[in-house]
Amino acid sequence: MEEQDKILHEVTSQEYKFGFVSDFESDSIPKGLSEDVIRLISAKKNEPEFMLNFRLDAYRKWLEMPMPDWAYLKVPPIDFQEIIYYSAPKKKPQYESLDEVDPDLLETFSKLGIPLEEQKVLAGVAVDAVIDSVSVKTTFKETLAEKGVIFCSFSEAVLEHPDLVKKYLGMSVPTSDNFFAALNSAVFSDGSFCYIPKGVRCPMELSTYFRINAAGTGQFERTLIIAEDSSYVSYLEGCTAPMRDENQLHAAVVEIIALDRAEVKYSTVQNWYPGNKEGKGGVYNFVTKRGICRGESSKISWTQVETGSAITWKYPSCILMGDNSVGEFNSVALTNNHQQADTGTKMVHIGKNTKSTIISKGISAGVSDNSYRGLVKVLPGAINSRNFSQCDSLLLGSTCGAHTFPYIEVGNKSSIVEHEATTSKIGEDQIFYCNQRGISTEDAIGMIVNGYAKEVLNKLPMEFAVEAQKLLAISLEGSVG
Amino acid sequence: MFRRGAQNSELETTNNMLTIKNLRVAVEGKEILKGINLEIKAGEVHAIMGPNGSGKSTLGNVLAGKEEYEVLDGEVIYEGEDLLERSAEDRARMGVFLGFQYPVEIPGVPMVNFIKTSVNEHRKYKGLEPLTAGEFLKLMREKKELVHLDSQLTNRSVNEGFSGGEKKKNEIFQMAMLEPKLAILDETDSGLDIDALKVVSDGVNALKDPSRSTIVITHYQRLLDYIVPDFVHVLYQGRIVKSAGKELALELEEKGYDWLKTENV
Repeated sequence: MEEQDKILHEVTSQEYKFGFVSDFESDSIPKGLSEDVIRLISAKKNEPEFMLNFRLDAYRKWLEMPMPDWAYLKVPPIDFQEIIYYSAPKKKPQYESLDEVDPDLLETFSKLGIPLEEQKVLAGVAVDAVIDSVSVKTTFKETLAEKGVIFCSFSEAVLEHPDLVKKYLGMSVPTSDNFFAALNSAVFSDGSFCYIPKGVRCPMELSTYFRINAAGTGQFERTLIIAEDSSYVSYLEGCTAPMRDENQLHAAVVEIIALDRAEVKYSTVQNWYPGNKEGKGGVYNFVTKRGICRGESSKISWTQVETGSAITWKYPSCILMGDNSVGEFNSVALTNNHQQADTGTKMVHIGKNTKSTIISKGISAGVSDNSYRGLVKVLPGAINSRNFSQCDSLLLGSTCGAHTFPYIEVGNKSSIVEHEATTSKIGEDQIFYCNQRGISTEDAIGMIVNGYAKEVLNKLPMEFAVEAQKLLAISLEGSVG
Repeated sequence: MFRRGAQNSELETTNNMLTIKNLRVAVEGKEILKGINLEIKAGEVHAIMGPNGSGKSTLGNVLAGKEEYEVLDGEVIYEGEDLLERSAEDRARMGVFLGFQYPVEIPGVPMVNFIKTSVNEHRKYKGLEPLTAGEFLKLMREKKELVHLDSQLTNRSVNEGFSGGEKKKNEIFQMAMLEPKLAILDETDSGLDIDALKVVSDGVNALKDPSRSTIVITHYQRLLDYIVPDFVHVLYQGRIVKSAGKELALELEEKGYDWLKTENV
């Protein structure tokens, strides 16, 4: 416990070691939210009329909505007028070399196996000219441009590809979808935009790129991914390095649209600051992620490894509209100390012969609460549809909680829905068995937890699977024994 | 008397691999071992027999360092070191191996990864480099043959879905991989048919060596037909009530434990 706190403390208490902590002094607007603030945000970003209208529409709907309270979470009151809704992300190196960075932070990075050059970016060190993120980006951009893939910041997309943004924004997640989605729609600052043209298989995992790019992640992030007919993309968001942000509330929206026979794989590794051992501080993460399989035989899969945040409220979902479309949700959610997570998915079967698979692995330690909440809804027209759900919970110790809230609605007789759930405990017998073979308790827990989560970790892109394994072990250091 | 005994055993300690002196152990406040004395020299095989609930498994577990066992009194000297001061993982790395009566399952962790981690932890403790993939596979092939372990088993998760016999063979396989100095086999014979029993015993015998010692904990004499002990100790109500040569096992087989109970009350 102490070791972990020490790492977390070292990593998190010195926010300016992270280059991506925005500097609010330079370019921000007064706190609070009003139509004027939204107009100001839109104006600062030189947005076209349709964007402003989208934002204002969302804002007006948000005003009418209550904050949801159905999740198994204790959320302290949030004063939305105390938040600053716009600040231009400014990145500047804090250090000239890694020698100046806190060695404990570097140790965490190296435990995670993050390559040296990326460590520099994450720690806010000026990077070599050859490998600096701008040039890496340029190289990636050229390769992608050859295939016609558009991958840029959301702001850039609004200005350069307004027709695509206008057509698809809000298609998966309408402004009125929920309280946090409406708030995000009104005030989002930036995010990513990805467009894969017809028949194109994206030539690279959009992961390394993104990790370098992720340094500018904001509080209200917006991502839109469009996969045209018969295209394929694998996309990774997030970072295994512990991330501190002075913004306590995060409300991101991710929308995916998959057209005929398109496939989108979306993977997340999320490790926001979870708060200290007593539960003080920590990020509240209220995220809306939804993919819509609009085309026939299209496929969207969500894979997530969640270890961070004080509060996680997140249900990456699939709307299976196209006939024969496929949705997948693979999740590992780990909570320790005072963390609370209410996470799961929604699979809505609309098209015929649609299939969905849900694999959820919850891991709870400390005095945390970890809930799986999932909806499987098969509409009357979705004949011959299938769902398989497996929800497992693993408990470390006896002071944590694991909860499962499955909701199943089946509207026809030809569809089959299966749900399996297990709860197990890491036994002292398992740990002793490992100890007796010369394996320390910490290594044993890492091994047991990774064995438990293997099915999901295997779905991650290779390099992140390795990091995620280490992350799970580090997140539980000191939680047993 | 006690003083002289202690002096003697101190002299002998240098020759002993393991010396247990007046060991008293409680579990959940209940005293299970009530003063065990035992000396084991390198190369010896000691059998510990006794009726159910006499404390046999407790002795194995406490030597291996299981946490919920509370040592009330006594000491355990292993290779000149105070064993009770060391963590369970260090004891293992120092060469103390416990073959479990009920080996646990660890889902999702392939046996091959598990034993590789284990072997390399042992090597690290001795200041040796980890084995290369090639060296490791060669070693594993050799040792699997020794205990006739099905090749597929090492690709499966640790003990998951293994039959009773496979689990026990897997224990002996791990012992062969780790080459411990002191192996404690806790009821390795329980749940084995005669063929499996023979395979397991052959494995144990193949590893016999003048520098290694074995404690065989068993309920039945049957196993001792295959693993021939130098000494047999009868544990009853937390005490060793009788020690003798291998012939004691046969006597026990014939007469049961009752005659000892009346003799030692």
